[in-house]
Amino acid sequence: MNLVLAKTDTGRAISDIFAVARDRLPGAGKIADARRQAFESYERAGLPHRRIEDWKYTDLRVLMRDVLPLAAAPDAAALKRAEAAAKAHAVEGARRLVLVDGVFAPKLSDVGRLESGLSIRTLRDVLEADDAALHAQLLAPDNSDAMVALNSAMMTDGLVIEIADGTALTQPLHIVHIASSAQPAAMFTRSLLKLGKTAGATLVESYIAADGAKSYQVHDALVLAIGDGARLDHVRLVEDGRDAFNISSSVVTLGTRAHFNTFGMTSGAGVSRYQAVIAVAGEHSRVETNGVNLLNGRQHADSTLFLDHAVPNCSSREIFRAVVDDRAHSVFQGRIIVRPKAQKTDAKMMTRALLLSDEAEADNKPELEIFADDVTCGHGATTGALDESLLFYLRARGLSEKEAQALLIQAFVGEAIEQIANDHLREMAIATAQRWLEARA
Amino acid sequence: MSLLEVKNLQVRVEEREILHGLSLTVNPGEVHAIMGPNGSGKSTLSHVIAGKPGYQVTGGEILFKGEDLLEMAPDVRAAKGVFLAFQYPVEIPGVATMNFLRTALNAQRKARGESEYSTPDFLKKVREVAASLNIPQDMLRRGVNVGFSGGEKKRNEILQMALFQPSLCILDEMDSGLDIDALRVAADGVNALRSPERAMVVITHYQRLLNYIVPDVVHVMSKGRVVKSGGKELALELEASGYAQFEDAA
Ligand SMILES: Nc1ncnc2c1ncn2[C@@H]1O[C@H](COP(=O)(O)OP(=O)(O)OP(=O)(O)O)[C@@H](O)[C@H]1O
Ligand SMILES: [Mg+2]
Repeated sequence: MNLVLAKTDTGRAISDIFAVARDRLPGAGKIADARRQAFESYERAGLPHRRIEDWKYTDLRVLMRDVLPLAAAPDAAALKRAEAAAKAHAVEGARRLVLVDGVFAPKLSDVGRLESGLSIRTLRDVLEADDAALHAQLLAPDNSDAMVALNSAMMTDGLVIEIADGTALTQPLHIVHIASSAQPAAMFTRSLLKLGKTAGATLVESYIAADGAKSYQVHDALVLAIGDGARLDHVRLVEDGRDAFNISSSVVTLGTRAHFNTFGMTSGAGVSRYQAVIAVAGEHSRVETNGVNLLNGRQHADSTLFLDHAVPNCSSREIFRAVVDDRAHSVFQGRIIVRPKAQKTDAKMMTRALLLSDEAEADNKPELEIFADDVTCGHGATTGALDESLLFYLRARGLSEKEAQALLIQAFVGEAIEQIANDHLREMAIATAQRWLEARA
Repeated sequence: MSLLEVKNLQVRVEEREILHGLSLTVNPGEVHAIMGPNGSGKSTLSHVIAGKPGYQVTGGEILFKGEDLLEMAPDVRAAKGVFLAFQYPVEIPGVATMNFLRTALNAQRKARGESEYSTPDFLKKVREVAASLNIPQDMLRRGVNVGFSGGEKKRNEILQMALFQPSLCILDEMDSGLDIDALRVAADGVNALRSPERAMVVITHYQRLLNYIVPDVVHVMSKGRVVKSGGKELALELEASGYAQFEDAA
């Protein structure tokens, strides 16, 4: 592989990282070419910074500064610590699929007795195999975003899950990303979930740290392909360590009469960014995308969602809530585009931020671009503090200041959490929020 | 010992003095009525007793069971037995009434070192009290006061009072917004709570309420002071002659 070495300081470091890692990166031929091209795009752009419009509020040159070297494959001790972390974050009844330091860990995962119609492979195996169609899907994320390009260049492992036409999984799938390395390191993962026609699945993603994990970087990408008439319920919980970076991108496409219900909650990581591109490409489809940020200390969390309505008769709902304490910073950028053909689109987005301290910060940037004339679209954004008169009412009834705040915050985030369709996952999200509130008290 | 002693209370809101040396003594077992024209400071007094922020006490004191009430946080006052039924109860979307009631009751009990109610005991108690006040169960499943009619909000205040069993009940215009039947039910609820240990301060504009909740003492407030106190017949007098005679006194 011919590498053009970068001249800048930061670029130089990353060239070395790629050069050192490339023997460990799966895939030859076209995959290797794609990696090299992706890497070149990344090198030209470097880490995103505030002058890149999409990254205006999340300047990685300031916040992250460097990309860390690729994490070493976990040893037995690391796996043991990861196992304990996985158990502590188990989702009852779910099929657990664990990635430790960016590498699939079969011993910690439930890959036995797959239901018929369900196929699970690792990204490594798929990239090493000869499967042009899957490769094309895996390479779908757009490398014009520098962090996607970096992930395309460096992706090491992940899960490739296919659900056959007509198969409705009863057991939720739970992908657990665990960082265990005591050395500062980066992991680069990419996963694909493909739902065939009228298939159904529930996917949970957790990002956590094992005991002893040091500052680390998660660079993740997810491709979701939801077939005609299929339904996917998706929940992502970012509970990384406070020193960690979590940069995740997802690309979602919906067929006809498909339904995508997604919810994200970020309470962990020092700096996180979740960027999703959702293409509503089949008529009569529905998207509900909801999220909650629960931030304190000096946390920075950015959710940047792009909903692309390309065809008629679809609906989308976005509800986003941020609770920001101390000197934390929450960013929500929600862009909805309704293309000329997408008549009868019904798209609504509502984002609200609650600031619990004078130094807390929230940036809300809703954008609606409508090119069709027969549509119902709307958005709203508010930022404010807790309502004093409500707080007083509760305190006059015997609740302490923290208890009163907790009840109001629960109600505030509840508006987003309520949208989770799966009862068990909704309870889990409520419990996570409750833990966050209890930790404040 | 008196239950409540307000001595020469002076209160400002945003640089404007609202209460100018108000005094009031309430003993256990008594029912006091406070009447007075709009803007005379009745709600202000009730808010200051409950501990609402935004009021500046520039003089005087308030003792509750002999303790300095003004030093206590609002939730501490509630746990010690101060209850204010608000003139304008707020709506709290997303907080289910049942959850709110249980959290509040248990917070008060915990603060007093009492054991928390178990869920079945709590539910049983709420259902009993709600039934006695003609409050339908579905109201309890909704957000606190959300979408409640004016009268329903007032009944929800009485429900809380019955549940928390406070020793000092301040009722700020509980009769406003209630129809005649609801008024009787709410008044029955209040009367059921009358006891030798408990006192009530009933703020109202209308003598009619005092036919149901018969006071021991009636006070007339005007321009931030109590300008006259008397027996229940004072309310009838006011009904006949209005407040004009007291405006001068104030
Ligand atoms: N937050 C505030 N800011 C400014 N003025 C206030 C505030 N709260 C009360 N006031 C003023 O204080 C005075 C007393 O108000 P208060 O509500 O106590 O009267 P009230 O006797 O309860 O009247 P009503 O019978 O109409 O309920 C009024 O002139 C009112 O405008
Ligand atoms: Mg009033």
